[in-house]
Amino acid sequence: MKKVSWLSAFLLASVPSVALAAGAIEAGAKQATNWSAIGMFVGFVALTLAITYWAAKRTASAADFYSAGGGITGFQNGLAIAGDYMSAASFLGISGLVYTSGYDGLIYSVGWLVGWPIVTFLIAEQLRNLGKFTFADVTSFRLGQTDIRILAACGSLVTVAFYLIAQMVGAGKLIQLLFGLDYWIAVVLVGGLMMIYVTFGGMKATTWVQIIKAVLLLSGATFMAGAVLYKFGFSPEALFTKATEVHPKKLAIMEPGSLISNPLSAISLGLALMFGTAGLPHILMRFFTVKDAQAARKSVFYATGFIGYFYILTFIIGFGAITLVSTDAAFLDGAILEKTKSGIAAIKGGSNMAAIHLANAVGGNLFLGFISAVAFATILAVVSGLALAGASSISHDLYGMVIKGGNANEQDEIRVSKIATLVLGVLAIFLGIVFENQNVAFMVGLAFAIAASCNFPVLVMSIFWRGLTTRGALIGGFLGLVSAVVGVVLSPAVWEVTLGYAKGSAPIKLDNPALFSMALAFAGIWLFSVLDRSRRAATDREGFDAQYVRSQTGIGAAAATTH
Amino acid sequence: MSNLAKIESDPNYQELVRRRSSLGWTLSLVMLVIYFGFILLVAYAPKFLGTPLGSGVTTIGIPIGLSVIVLAFVLTGIYVRTANSAYDTLIRKILEANRS
Repeated sequence: MKKVSWLSAFLLASVPSVALAAGAIEAGAKQATNWSAIGMFVGFVALTLAITYWAAKRTASAADFYSAGGGITGFQNGLAIAGDYMSAASFLGISGLVYTSGYDGLIYSVGWLVGWPIVTFLIAEQLRNLGKFTFADVTSFRLGQTDIRILAACGSLVTVAFYLIAQMVGAGKLIQLLFGLDYWIAVVLVGGLMMIYVTFGGMKATTWVQIIKAVLLLSGATFMAGAVLYKFGFSPEALFTKATEVHPKKLAIMEPGSLISNPLSAISLGLALMFGTAGLPHILMRFFTVKDAQAARKSVFYATGFIGYFYILTFIIGFGAITLVSTDAAFLDGAILEKTKSGIAAIKGGSNMAAIHLANAVGGNLFLGFISAVAFATILAVVSGLALAGASSISHDLYGMVIKGGNANEQDEIRVSKIATLVLGVLAIFLGIVFENQNVAFMVGLAFAIAASCNFPVLVMSIFWRGLTTRGALIGGFLGLVSAVVGVVLSPAVWEVTLGYAKGSAPIKLDNPALFSMALAFAGIWLFSVLDRSRRAATDREGFDAQYVRSQTGIGAAAATTH
Repeated sequence: MSNLAKIESDPNYQELVRRRSSLGWTLSLVMLVIYFGFILLVAYAPKFLGTPLGSGVTTIGIPIGLSVIVLAFVLTGIYVRTANSAYDTLIRKILEANRS
């Protein structure tokens, strides 16, 4: 009886607070905010739809659809890569993480950046020289097409699915708070627009949506971080001093905290972030949109600069939110504030909204509208990139290469890709609704674990190791994929939080499985390749020399365009 | 296949492969050491990262974290610079020698 009344009290306490938050936005005082945000967002959508229309008229061949005809320059692609990578989960999630935990957010930022040098040194040029539309073109270059394409498609689709969930959840939360729309309507809206961009405009539209969004996001974040620093006389020390005064954790926000619970967990997360970057299908696909290996290499350099700069801004934005948002009753939920006495915990809409509220605090309603529209645009752009990567994997790898054995009619393949986009869109909407209450930054971490444990090991071994065989890649890749997924399900975040088992009962204590799943993948690839004495294995090894020469020199690489 | 053997025996090709591999793997290793050095500090010496700089609240962890980001960019720049000048010249020579 007592338990029931406690539960109902909790429900009663939380339900009105949600209603209050929505009510406050609908109330007269914030009408202007709504309209400027909606206006700017509608402007962005109109612009991107116009681009999609333009792109659709120029998208005829498979090369146009998958790789924008190879006509993107290194600088443009650098911006587009940054656009793909600076997701709403990293913008809202990391600034939110800095807001609640301070320094811990920087650890995530660093991890998210350090994969890029590895991509430059080992992957980018080789990928461009060997592949055409998807990274599976590279992994299956000298290996058995059918098996390796299926493996790559599984790795791509599972990665894309987790990443998509995070983006959809972010979209729903944001629009719910901002426009007072229901969560599910927001998710449906994002899914719907994404399907339009990708099915009609293919890679061309997706790339330009990314570029515009990257420019908007970088300018908005620059303004916000600048405004925060301006308020503190451009003295980070003054900003940090104020933050440590108002944050309940005080000086602890200036050092690593509870986010990294144990050393193994920290290393595991680090591995996932670093090598996951080099295994994300929607990022790898970007290297086929430029004309040659040199442009591919340059584009990663630009991207690394943009992304690094952006993460530094995010850190400042998080601290800005501590000082300016958690201290201002206008951004806080009265009921939670009453209960917890913490401005940090009481933020309206949860910690992922820290950057959004900060926009209002430093730039007023108009800037709030701008940043909200940019955040929404970010989600749209990233889900489009993801959907295109997922759809390409289905149409190019599964349909074109596995089912049709490489002899698919080009128009049929594009049609399959469009249908796949629609299916993925519906799936993303459904999963977005199911996973409403997960922390978005964490979901992305899970996607990285899978990319690092399945896609990356197979890709890097296929490029550099002569001894790799089809059987080795297949068994090792699936070992990595399965162990990453199982590790995620048995980790505290899913086992205890999502599935609701008792705290501390998770069978695997690591928040991120990359440590053992990557090790399993590499060990599996090595062992089963070395033991492989089949006829296929001999062919696989014989093909290495020709592949290596092409990966180094680009001789024979897919041309920029098929026209 | 004879074309393949010809390229493989081209001294320019051998130089390209040698130089690119050694720089690529060396820089990768440097990045790994920097990053996992940072992660090990986070895991085993959080209090060291929490050491204040001077009398303020800014800790030594802030410049260390930020410099990992900056170094990642710098290392990428070193590779791209070298590749743009040295490797592309070698690749052009290889292409010219094997055009037929």
